[in-house]
Amino acid sequence: MGVGLVVVSHSERLAAGVAELAAQMAPDVVVLPAGGLAGGALGTDFDKVSAALSDADSGSGVVLLYDLGSAQMTAELAVETLGDPTRAIVADAPLVEGAVAAAVEAQGGKDLDAVARAAVAAGVGSDIEQAAPAGETITEELELRNEVGLHARPAALLARSLAGLQADVRVRLGDAEADAASVLGLMGLGARKGDRVTLVASGADAGEAVRRVLELVEGNFGE
Amino acid sequence: MGCTAQDVIAALRAGAAVVADHRDELVELDRVIGDADHGENMDRGFRAVASKLDTAAPETPGAVLKQVATTLISTVGGASGPLYGTAFLRAASAVGDATELDGMAVAAALQSGLEGVVARGRAEPGDKTMVDALVPAVDAATAAAAEGAGPDRVLAVAAAAARTGAESTEPLVARKGRASYLGERSAGHVDPGARSTALLLSAFAESRS
Repeated sequence: MGVGLVVVSHSERLAAGVAELAAQMAPDVVVLPAGGLAGGALGTDFDKVSAALSDADSGSGVVLLYDLGSAQMTAELAVETLGDPTRAIVADAPLVEGAVAAAVEAQGGKDLDAVARAAVAAGVGSDIEQAAPAGETITEELELRNEVGLHARPAALLARSLAGLQADVRVRLGDAEADAASVLGLMGLGARKGDRVTLVASGADAGEAVRRVLELVEGNFGE
Repeated sequence: MGCTAQDVIAALRAGAAVVADHRDELVELDRVIGDADHGENMDRGFRAVASKLDTAAPETPGAVLKQVATTLISTVGGASGPLYGTAFLRAASAVGDATELDGMAVAAALQSGLEGVVARGRAEPGDKTMVDALVPAVDAATAAAAEGAGPDRVLAVAAAAARTGAESTEPLVARKGRASYLGERSAGHVDPGARSTALLLSAFAESRS
């Protein structure tokens, strides 16, 4: 089983909402909310966080995300009081983007460190440009025929399909461009049914990357 | 005279009483620069501490401190839960399983508590937090203990220094916690966490006299 996630928030509903959103991207990942105090009041509940931490750990460890200051402290304290504190990492990441990025990474079977890094990287923003890997560049134009376009689930499927490939894949819609590895970037394009997007892939596995994306698009993302 | 588990329990009961007496004051301090729950949270936590001591009174100072830590962590709710919880947890480790604490041990417990708070909250002196009360308290306690003072004297000087430290937070602009979102508007009020720290240390000191 893969890395689990715990969403620590002052608000029960906020934690539940973030967990719901992240879980949609990653059906096999255990994403547990730990929000609010017993009885529903705002606050962070150490016992609730500790219980979620233990329930989310199937053996590969847990990444915790938090909203505000004391949620971070409660999360860190819960980790510190674990029998083995190396089994969990509190990620200093934006709550929503970090949870989604971590869930997608965990769905891809990555280890604890990689999942935590994905959460943190979600907050760094797009100003970090990766050097394009060497190799051929393939450009392919595709038409989206599935009902919801590049919305959450298809975007997650697309990003996940490229995991492990040596390829830099970009998706363009008009003037906008997104890194295909970024679920939120893809969603931000707002590509809908009937839109034509351009796929630009470079790197050693560019051909395989394009093949995988084509397969998804032609299969209407399994809808 | 050393400080036994019974003395630590008496100090914590005094702490719970002072927190209850100052509940509204802490709420008011937190209302102007935070989310108005500090008094309520601390009161809930220390009521739980007192009631836990009624049912289970551990036999060493360290075990009492550890029980207090876990009770506060589970009942306080706000940021002060993990902060005070960590402070008492680290203080408990510092005193180990000694059955009686001398002045040096009390100072060492305060020092470890402060280190725990700093590690947990990442606040520095001047950030307008409980650290502004704890740092001078630990400095004064350490100096007194080094000169051979016993637990009573160590706690008394720590409490006096904490009061002055808490008052010094009034003009500061908060850089940590919910109050930091207020920026300049946080100046002009004593930090509620620094105030509760000073209140608790005073109660601990007075329980010995």
